[in-house]
Parts: sequence; C-alpha cells; structure tokens
Amino acid sequence: MQDEPTPIELTKSVADFLRNDITPLISGHPAFKLRVAINILDLVTRQLTQEEASDAAEVERLRALLGVDGSVTDLNRALAERIAKGEVDLSTPGLAEHLWATTMDKLAVDQPNYASYKRELGRGG
Amino acid sequence: MIEAELSRSVQRWCKGATGATSAAKLSGGASQETWRFDITHPDGAIGAILRRSPKGYGAAPTRAAGLAAEAQLMQLAFEAGVPSPRVLHVLVPEDNLGTGFIMQRIEGETIARKILRDDDYAAARPHLARQIGGILAGLHRLPKDKLPELRSRGATQEISEFDRDYRSLNWPKPVFELALRWLRDHDPGPSTETTLVHGDFRNGNLIIGADGVRAVLDWELAHLGDPMEDLGWVCVNSWRFGEIDKPVGGFGSREDLFAGYEAAGHKVDPARVKFWEVMGTLRWGIMCGGMMQRFREGPDHSMERAMIGRRASETEIDLLRLLAPRGS
Repeated sequence: MQDEPTPIELTKSVADFLRNDITPLISGHPAFKLRVAINILDLVTRQLTQEEASDAAEVERLRALLGVDGSVTDLNRALAERIAKGEVDLSTPGLAEHLWATTMDKLAVDQPNYASYKRELGRGG
Repeated sequence: MIEAELSRSVQRWCKGATGATSAAKLSGGASQETWRFDITHPDGAIGAILRRSPKGYGAAPTRAAGLAAEAQLMQLAFEAGVPSPRVLHVLVPEDNLGTGFIMQRIEGETIARKILRDDDYAAARPHLARQIGGILAGLHRLPKDKLPELRSRGATQEISEFDRDYRSLNWPKPVFELALRWLRDHDPGPSTETTLVHGDFRNGNLIIGADGVRAVLDWELAHLGDPMEDLGWVCVNSWRFGEIDKPVGGFGSREDLFAGYEAAGHKVDPARVKFWEVMGTLRWGIMCGGMMQRFREGPDHSMERAMIGRRASETEIDLLRLLAPRGS
C-alpha cells in the first residue's frame, strides 16, 4: 500500500497550481499549450476518480450480454468481434443500453462539456 | 531567410514587384507549411500566402492529392466563380522554395468558434447553410476534363478502407464495429453521378467574412466520387462546434443546405447524405485513433495530438445518436 496524498489529490494540486498561479503569467502560444496541459491533468483526475466504478459496471453488463467472463479489455474485444460477425446487433436485448452507458461513462472522463454529451445527460444519463 | 527566396521569386513572375516582406509561418507539419507574406509593389503591398512542401518532402501521404493538384483545383474553382483565392504562381525549381504554390491572401476568419459566436458574423450566419449549398453545387460542377489526376473513391471502397484503418489500430471499439456494420448494410453503391469531391469541406476550412463565405481552403483531400459525400461531411457533429441543433457547420439546417444546392441546379439524395454523415463521423473517430498512434509511436509527441486521441469518444456518442437514438 502506497502512502498518501493519493494520485487524485496530487494531480489535482498540480492542475490547480498551473491554472491559478501560472496562467496569469503567460500569453500567446505557450498559454495555449498550458491550457492543453491543464486539460490533460483534469482528464487524468477524472479518470482516476471514475474509472474503477465505471469499469466494474461495464464488466458486469458485458458478462450478462456475452455470457463469458474476462477483463474489461478481453470482453470489449469479444463484443467487437461478435458485432463484426453479425452475431450481436441493435436488436439484441441490452446492446444499445450497454453501448450508451459505456459511451456516457467515457465522455464523463474525456469531454464532459461536449454538447452531445450534455444533451444526453439531460435525458437522464 | 525565406524572405530572400520569396523576394527573388516574386520579382521573376509578379510585374513591378520589388521584393517580399513580413513572412510568418501560419502552420506547418513535417511535410507541409503555410506562410503569409507581403509582396512589395509600387501600387501597394499585395497580401500573399505560400503553401509548400519544403525541399526533401516531396512525397504526399496516400490520400492527399498533392500541392500541384491543389493549386490547379483552386485556380479552376476561382475561374468558375467558386469562392477561392487566385493562384499567383506555382513554384518552380529556380524558386528554391520546395514544391507548392503562392496564392492571393483573402482576409477573413477561419476559426470555427469565432465564426459561430462573434458579433462580426452574426448577420452572415443565418445565410451560410444555404450559401454553402450553392458553393458545393458549383464545386461539383467543375469540368471533369480540366481536373488534375485524382484518386477515385466510392462508398464501397471507403468502407473497406476505414475497416482496414480501424483494424490496423488494434483498438477494439464496439461502437465503431456497429457503425461499420451499418455502413455495409446501407452502402448505396456507386452514385449515379461522379464528380469532383472536395473531401474536407467543413467549418474550419472556410474563410468567412461579414458578407459570408469568401474562400474554400484545404483541397488536399480532393478526389472523384459521390457529390453527396461533401454534403454529409459538412454536417458531421464535430464540425458544429457545440451548435448541435444546426447540422450544417453549426450555421443552419439541412433544409437550407439542400435548398441552396438544388437552387443551383443539382439534385440532393438525403439518404446518401445521411450515409456520408455516418461515414464522416466514423472517419473522424478513426482519425482520432490515428493521432493517438502517431503520438504513441513518436513522430509527433505533442500534448495536443495526445488529446485528439481522447476525442474518439465524441464520435462514439455521435454515432449512437445517429444509429441508436434514445427517445426525446
């Protein structure tokens, strides 16, 4: 077991420092690069916060859908293959719901301000 | 340094020109650069743009038409009344500037978010979707016998190319698989009409002024194919920059786009446009994957490229909105 503060707390402290203390000091192209860097740290913080629970839920749905067990990567590979072969499609019970839930969880980490995501979130997530 | 070469070049082909000043690089990857500069002239400075591959970077990526073809297409477009900069000069070896061309500089805005939000363009915005329809009709009418040599791509070929690109990423994505199945099931086959297709006609590749579209840029993905491809691509959600209820670049409705296209004497096939919108959404998603790979494998190890890899999921939600929409 590693000591604390946790990675979430550490990345957040760096992002906050860059945002609050460094942003006012620079301009032009370096300011653009800094904004990208802060966005990356914010994304990493969101992933560290959310990934465990969203992966567990995804594995749960994939097990039910495919009737097999495995890691989240293995199960995604298996689902991708079944869709490619035409064995699973949008008429398969649970597929659309699974893809929606998985995609919403990804957007929550990657781009929580993306307009399509915010619209769909308004429909109840 | 580049000003010395530009100075010598312009004096050879621009009557009365005495030199070149204010050269500044606007954008540039490893193989292609865009520069702005002014041609010094007794009648007043002439704003110009240089598009070039520096020496030693002659080879174009497989999908690109090449700078010589780009110059020819822009000149044809200009002559046909499609908003386009006039091509002033195609580089020759004596210019010592690599390969490429010099064109007239057109003032205006290309940054999509500014065009969608700044007051300067408020009056133009409601007319842009229809105007774009007219421009695309003009572009699709460019005489085929005058076009440079271009690759030819129909729907079926594009599906297998994207399938191959996606699989080469070794990146299992159930939503992309679903989209590939949908595209195969809805492949409209060869189009009744084969025309010039711009290939990257979208908000971000247009110079816009208070009066509307002033120029169509970035012809490097031009090819021969289904004209409906351009109408579908301009509607891809990623090019709406947040204005998701205005499918045409965040400017306006498909109805306006189609009306502008048909008023210019061309027929729209809405089912094909939808097919190409799905294809375009997947295309951008796979391109995001390509960016991730380039970031990982080294040629461009920038933070920006890394973050574009994380934009693939935006195309997944947009594909689901197109293929498996949830109740409103």
